[in-house]
Amino acid sequence: MGKYLRRIIQIVWGILSNAHLTGFFRGSLYDGPLKRFCVPGMNCYSCPGALGACPIGALSSVLAGRNRKFPFYVLGFLITVGVLVGRFICGWLCLFGLIEELLYKIPTPKLRIPEKADRVLRWLKYLVLAVLVVGLPLFYRDETGTGLPFFCEFLCPVGTLEGGIPLVLLNDVLRPTLGWLFRWKFLILVLCVLSSIFIYRPFCKYLCPLGAFYSLFQRFSLVRLRVDTETCIGCGACSRACGMNVDPHRTPNSAECIRCGECTRVCPKNALSFSVAGKTPAKKIRKESDSSEDKKI
Amino acid sequence: MRTKRITWIVTCILLLLGVGFLVFGALNGEAEGVFRKAVTICMECIGLG
Repeated sequence: MGKYLRRIIQIVWGILSNAHLTGFFRGSLYDGPLKRFCVPGMNCYSCPGALGACPIGALSSVLAGRNRKFPFYVLGFLITVGVLVGRFICGWLCLFGLIEELLYKIPTPKLRIPEKADRVLRWLKYLVLAVLVVGLPLFYRDETGTGLPFFCEFLCPVGTLEGGIPLVLLNDVLRPTLGWLFRWKFLILVLCVLSSIFIYRPFCKYLCPLGAFYSLFQRFSLVRLRVDTETCIGCGACSRACGMNVDPHRTPNSAECIRCGECTRVCPKNALSFSVAGKTPAKKIRKESDSSEDKKI
Repeated sequence: MRTKRITWIVTCILLLLGVGFLVFGALNGEAEGVFRKAVTICMECIGLG
C-alpha cells in the first residue's frame, strides 16, 4: 500500500483539481467561487477542468498589473504552503509532476545527467523564478504601462498541455489565431515530454519556478525528513533510490527533495522518516531501535 | 540544539508572515483579482499571445 499511496493521492488530486468535466466538452472554463483560491501545485487556470487558480500565473499577473500592487494574497498563500509542507507539494500534489513520473515509467534506457552539469542546471529554476515570474513582469512595461506574465507566455509547458491544446481543439474560434508563440510553446512541451521519458522529472528539477519557490522554505518547513543517525548504517540505498539525486541520509532537507518518501520505503533500517512540527510518528524507528537493543541483550 | 531553536523561530515567523499576507490580501480584495484573471481564458498561458 505504501508504494501506491502517493500515486493514488497524486491521481485523486489531479482529478479533483480538474473536476469541471463539462469544460472539457464545451471548451469553456469553470467560473465558480473556487477560482478565488490557488491550488498548491502547477495547474493552469485556463485548463477547461481547473477548479482553482495557478499560483505562479496569479503571482505573475498581479506583478504585471498596471497599478503594481504588492501580491499579498498570492505570496501569502505560497509562503504559508512553503512553510507548512515545502516541496511535499511537488511530490504529492502536482499533476504535471505526476505526468512526468508516468512518462519516466516508459521502459527505455535512462539518462543520468553528469553531477556537475546537474548542479549548474538546477539553478535555472531560480533564474526562471527571479527573472520570468518576478523581474520582467514587474519591470518590463508596454506603452500602456502593463507588464507581461513572461513565464506563462514564453515558457510554461503546463499551460500548453492543460489549457492550450484542449481549448484549441474545442474552440473553432481560437484555431485561426495560432501563431509562432503557440508553436514555440508546443515545442517546449514536446521537449519536456520527451526528456521526461529519459530523465526523472526534468521540468521540476531544472525549470519549475514553483518548486524553486517552495525549495526556499524547505529548511524551515513543518514537514521534514529526519534521519536516525543511530540506526543509519550509511548503506546508500536511499541515495540510489532518489530520483531527484539527493543524498537523503546526508542532506535530508535538501532544497531538491520533493518528499516523495521513496527513501523512507527502501531504507533497510527504517532510519529515515517524516516528522511534522518536530514530532516523528517514530513507530518504525522505535521498532528498529528496540529490536537492535533486543539483539544486544 | 541552538540551531534547532533558531530554525523553529524562523519557521514561526515565516508562518505568521504567510498567514498575515494571505489574510490581509484577502481582506483587501485581492482574491477577486485572482478570480477575474482565472475565469477568463488566459491567452498568454495557452500560447495565443
